[in-house]
Amino acid sequence: MEDSIPKMRVENLDVSYFDKQALFSINLDITKNNITALIGPSGCGKSTFLRCLNRMNDVIDGCVVKGKVELDGSTIYDQRIDPVTLRAKVGIVFQKPNPFPKSIYDNVAYGPRIHGLANTNSELDDIVEKSLIRAGLWDEVKDRISDSGTSLSGGQQQRLCIARAIAVNPQVLLMDEPCSALDPIATARIEELMDELRNRYTIVIVTHSMQQAARVAQYTAFFHMGYLVEKGATEKMFTTPDDKRTQDYITGRFG
Amino acid sequence: MNNLDNNNQLTDESPSEYSSDRLLKRQKKEKRFQLLGKLSVLASVSFLFILFISIIEKGSSAIRQSEVLLSIDLSTENFRQEVLMDPKKIRGSELNKLTRNSLIKLFPNVQSRSDRRMLYSLISSGARHELRDRIIQNRDLIGGIISVWLPLSDDADMYLKGNIKKDVPSNLRRFKDNQISWLDQLMSDGLVRKSFNFRFFTNGDSREPEIAGTLGALIGSFFTLLVTFLISFPIGVMAAIYLEEFSPKNRFTEIIEVNINNLAAVPSIVFGLLGLGVFLSFFEFPRSAPLVGGMVLSLMTLPTIIIVSRASLKAVPGSIREAALGLGASKMQMVLHHVLPLGMPGILTGGILGMARALGETAPLLMIGMVAFIVDIPTKIDDPSTALPVQIFLWADSPERAFVERTSAAIMLLLFFLLTMNFVAVLLRQKFEKRW
Ligand SMILES: Nc1ncnc2c1ncn2[C@@H]1O[C@H](COP(=O)(O)OP(=O)(O)OP(=O)(O)O)[C@@H](O)[C@H]1O
Ligand SMILES: [Mg+2]
Repeated sequence: MEDSIPKMRVENLDVSYFDKQALFSINLDITKNNITALIGPSGCGKSTFLRCLNRMNDVIDGCVVKGKVELDGSTIYDQRIDPVTLRAKVGIVFQKPNPFPKSIYDNVAYGPRIHGLANTNSELDDIVEKSLIRAGLWDEVKDRISDSGTSLSGGQQQRLCIARAIAVNPQVLLMDEPCSALDPIATARIEELMDELRNRYTIVIVTHSMQQAARVAQYTAFFHMGYLVEKGATEKMFTTPDDKRTQDYITGRFG
Repeated sequence: MNNLDNNNQLTDESPSEYSSDRLLKRQKKEKRFQLLGKLSVLASVSFLFILFISIIEKGSSAIRQSEVLLSIDLSTENFRQEVLMDPKKIRGSELNKLTRNSLIKLFPNVQSRSDRRMLYSLISSGARHELRDRIIQNRDLIGGIISVWLPLSDDADMYLKGNIKKDVPSNLRRFKDNQISWLDQLMSDGLVRKSFNFRFFTNGDSREPEIAGTLGALIGSFFTLLVTFLISFPIGVMAAIYLEEFSPKNRFTEIIEVNINNLAAVPSIVFGLLGLGVFLSFFEFPRSAPLVGGMVLSLMTLPTIIIVSRASLKAVPGSIREAALGLGASKMQMVLHHVLPLGMPGILTGGILGMARALGETAPLLMIGMVAFIVDIPTKIDDPSTALPVQIFLWADSPERAFVERTSAAIMLLLFFLLTMNFVAVLLRQKFEKRW
């Protein structure tokens, strides 16, 4: 991560749920306009780490975060930082699709509405349409835009959640296994989208698919049992990993 | 769930793994279990059915009230000068005299004073009020002769409804033989009818069952519930929102939680005593008023509403909260835009059911004096009044035979309102669910 400026910087991050520590002194830079993939076996703390980046852990009972997380050089775990403003800048797509039980339109329009991103209804329509197009969902839902978001299939719901997140126009987009419920075509569409979004946004993605990490990510970080084992350029990670555990994981020997 | 079922079926059909003997046994067990369930449902439904049948059987006759057609001589010489100027000055005794004269004309043979008194008692003593109202409403009636249907007394009404047995010796009966013969004569002259008992719905309470009505109690109940709702619903929902979504989870809030649950279990009469001690004795709010009744009942429903509201808020999936927060909604926006609307059907249902419980509540109202005999129909929330269940209590306590059917009829009315409220709760829930 030598050449780019870090958009986010994580230093000595410890996270624990009640008495159980989930992350142990993580240090990681998230570089600007790049995609960083987080990989690792289930339960190793990827989602926990991701949620630290926009303070979604604040609302989880018993979750204690220690250490430093910076966005554009200013620490986000600070009294003066309003987590609400932060989350508008650092958007998130969750592991399980969670559309609001409202219309598809209202799902996407919700973020722009509360942040006042559109002055007129037609502007709002525009944002909604663009977001749905970019998430690859528009063609499927344009005739049923006022149907409930929960009436969509799992994969469609996931894309709806992506559309909803990018409608707010965040600087950083956190995606927790966004393609786990998608077929290869939709997955390809999302990957395309990520690549396109990379020009403007910084993306962090959690994935269980090594191929996906290799395809889309410029940087990869490998988590194991709460520790960040290895990080670096994706190419190097997948060809000549330093750590034996990384090697085992990406070649499918465990996890 | 579906998967599980399918799996079961698969194993059912593979005898290699399960002997058909075992399968049969299990299916039998299953059947027996279901039968038990069906029997329980049947039992509870039949209890309800028996309750309804007995109430309706007793109360349905109160729908009709016997009346007699009298022609009343309103010639000017029957009135004092003062009354001719202002009919409002007419006295009850004068009105009684008018009806009595008309009765005597029908039965000229009745001479002795005691017989006459018995003859007069065929007519409800409330008849004079109705006559008075007529004259005041239309003073042109004075000077002519009018024919009016006036209510018969409760005893005559009971006799006509077959509730007084002729085989009981006359002196042990409230309704004597000669009264029966007069009434029979009136009937054969076609002067008696049974008509819809509108008085039951338009009058206030009365000592005379034939003119006693439920309107006063209904309005009292309405005002009481209004106050209860206005106090307990906003406070309850707000408290639930705070406790569920905002409050830190610590020792202190835990204690509050436990105490709210305890409060919900406190017998309602205790709240009545509290109302008596605090609202009436200390703050000196008016006695017997729906205002105080509503305050007492809201103390009672408040914990229920808090608990129900919290449960409905808790039922809203956490992923919805995460979704809203993740988009940069503040906590308040999250609650107002997503959690509360989703929890609202449950909250409303709980609220209405709490109101229904408050509607049927009697004991605390007794404590704050809403048990008084009140004839006037309340028009403000601090007018003295009673409530429907208290009215039932009062009538059930009255010795007159005619109050038995009225008690049951009032119970029917109460049940009607309770069922309506439950129905509205269901409707509201469905309406809200459609929106989402
Ligand atoms: N809300 C919570 N309360 C308590 N413990 C939690 C909570 N969320 C996660 N954990 C624990 O923290 C650890 C890391 O969980 P996390 O969800 O971050 O894993 P993950 O890497 O995202 O796994 P997966 O790939 O299965 O999504 C796990 O051991 C989990 O049990
Ligand atoms: Mg995860």
